Amino acid sequence: MILSTETGTERTNAPGRIKMPGFSTIMLILGLIFLYLPMFILVLYSFNASRLVTVWAGFSTQWYVELFQDEQLMGAVWISLRIAFYTASMAVILGTVSAFALDRFGKFRGRTAFNSMLTAPLVMPDVITGLSLLLLFVTMADLVGWPMERGMLTIWIAHVTFSTAYVAVVVGARLREVDRSIEEAAMDLGATPLRTFFLITIPTIAPSLAAGWLLAFTLSLDDLVIASFVSGPGSTTLPMVVFSSVRLGISPKINAMATLIILVVSLAALFGWWFMRRSERERRASLERFGTS
Amino acid sequence: MSNLLIKGASATAWGPERVNALRELWGRRLVLGVPYLWLLLFFLVPFLIVVKISFSSAEIAIPPYSSVVEYFDEVLTFTVNLGNYLFLADDEMYLQAYLTSIRLALVATFFCLLLGYPMAYAMAQAPGRKQSFLLMLVLLPSWTSFLIRIYAWMGILKNNGLLNNLLMWCGIIDQPLQILNTNIAVYIGIVYAYLPFMVLPIYANLTQLDKSLLEAANDLGCRPWETFFRVTLPLSMGGIVAGCMLVFIPAVGEYVIPELLGGPESLMIGKVLWQEFFNNRDWPLASALAMIMLLILCLPIAFFNRQQVKQLEASLS
Repeated sequence: MILSTETGTERTNAPGRIKMPGFSTIMLILGLIFLYLPMFILVLYSFNASRLVTVWAGFSTQWYVELFQDEQLMGAVWISLRIAFYTASMAVILGTVSAFALDRFGKFRGRTAFNSMLTAPLVMPDVITGLSLLLLFVTMADLVGWPMERGMLTIWIAHVTFSTAYVAVVVGARLREVDRSIEEAAMDLGATPLRTFFLITIPTIAPSLAAGWLLAFTLSLDDLVIASFVSGPGSTTLPMVVFSSVRLGISPKINAMATLIILVVSLAALFGWWFMRRSERERRASLERFGTS
Repeated sequence: MSNLLIKGASATAWGPERVNALRELWGRRLVLGVPYLWLLLFFLVPFLIVVKISFSSAEIAIPPYSSVVEYFDEVLTFTVNLGNYLFLADDEMYLQAYLTSIRLALVATFFCLLLGYPMAYAMAQAPGRKQSFLLMLVLLPSWTSFLIRIYAWMGILKNNGLLNNLLMWCGIIDQPLQILNTNIAVYIGIVYAYLPFMVLPIYANLTQLDKSLLEAANDLGCRPWETFFRVTLPLSMGGIVAGCMLVFIPAVGEYVIPELLGGPESLMIGKVLWQEFFNNRDWPLASALAMIMLLILCLPIAFFNRQQVKQLEASLS
């Protein structure tokens, strides 16, 4: 009982607990180096004056200049950002509703089937998802004349379908944690389920909605395989452009773009972590205030 | 839902209670209906279409396959072409590709677990305020671009790349090792790309571990490693299974990693499917390839789903 109140660092010094944490801590450090070293090298060589990755020829920002002058690449960035924005917004709606239904509706007919359809996209190989959706779009165009041509809309549908699963997982985890008594109180006081959902549930799970939105956004921005299957002329996304360039070999321009992506993601992640820590601290402080008064 | 109906039936005629109950019932149906229909239309129906097209034959047309069902002159004809499946069974190359995919995915999953488990363990042991930061550190790479992280390894592993240069500079090797375009590069790529998906479920599982069990084992004279293998490891099996499935299943169908890092020996089924579809434009054969891949994976997928449901059920009770 006493052990559980101690902090982790003290716990590692407790008798009989030295060996395992020591080994696992080393593995954690090695694992993090393994994860970050390639990205660090990528960033480093984006400032290389030479085109060759192996030779360091001095500091230069010419690849960034070339990156922004590449109209095809910049056009693809814009297309990808728009698809990602609409994907994330729709996936948050569908994912939240799905997670809410699974968590709060108790047992309903077709629950297992619904849950399976919701979680299967998490592990489904991309080539299968991409091929099956393309065949659906072709068949639908044949039968009902829609979609006439494939492009941003079909990519959007495909991306919403698989990112909904991720949003449902993130939001579902949060939904299971929240205190339901406030919702019940609102309903007892005469609020309709719909009103309760928008006035009580949504604000309580808001951080997870934001996390789900960002996750869906990055997933959509990152997808190459599914988009390759369901895209059409004029809707080449960023990963498709990067892939065709990477296939030909190393290009410092891609390093420059990678650096920018890593920079944006790191800043967003650090901000998110700081924000969450702050709100957690505030929550704890207010709890303590209630405890002492 | 059933108790709602009972509640509604017990009220005489159309009392306000029954109206409310009915409204709630239909509200629920409406709420559930939207994602349900979306998933039915865009997730389940496409698979049925893949099944259908895998039984058609390739044609030079738009779309490039023959129709399975035809209605002409009051005659409904079904043309089921088993040729694609027979062709796959006949050609050694496809069987090899399936076996290679499973083997590469299994080995990579194993190494992922070997590295991921201690990482998750160390994270779960860390003091609370460090945990969220470590979690962010592990997940951050997966929020950047997958393609670019695989691309990073191309520069490191190639013959005149950084790793070979470093090893030669140290005097460990005299001539560059061929690592890029081999299975080793594919292993590295899969472990690198999927590591966060292994760490996350195991970490989530380990943080929920009841610490008093470990103390009990300790008090009863268990050695630390014994406690680990007899208490911690069995209790974290749920996380291990989830993590392995999250790595293994997508890795079997991986296309980008064998294409960019692999060589001729690492012919994985995702790559074969891609080539049949995009290079040969043989949509029916690609569909048959996808169906067989799905058949192989449906057992692990069902297993993963059951694990998910179990976790959900456990948290509901």
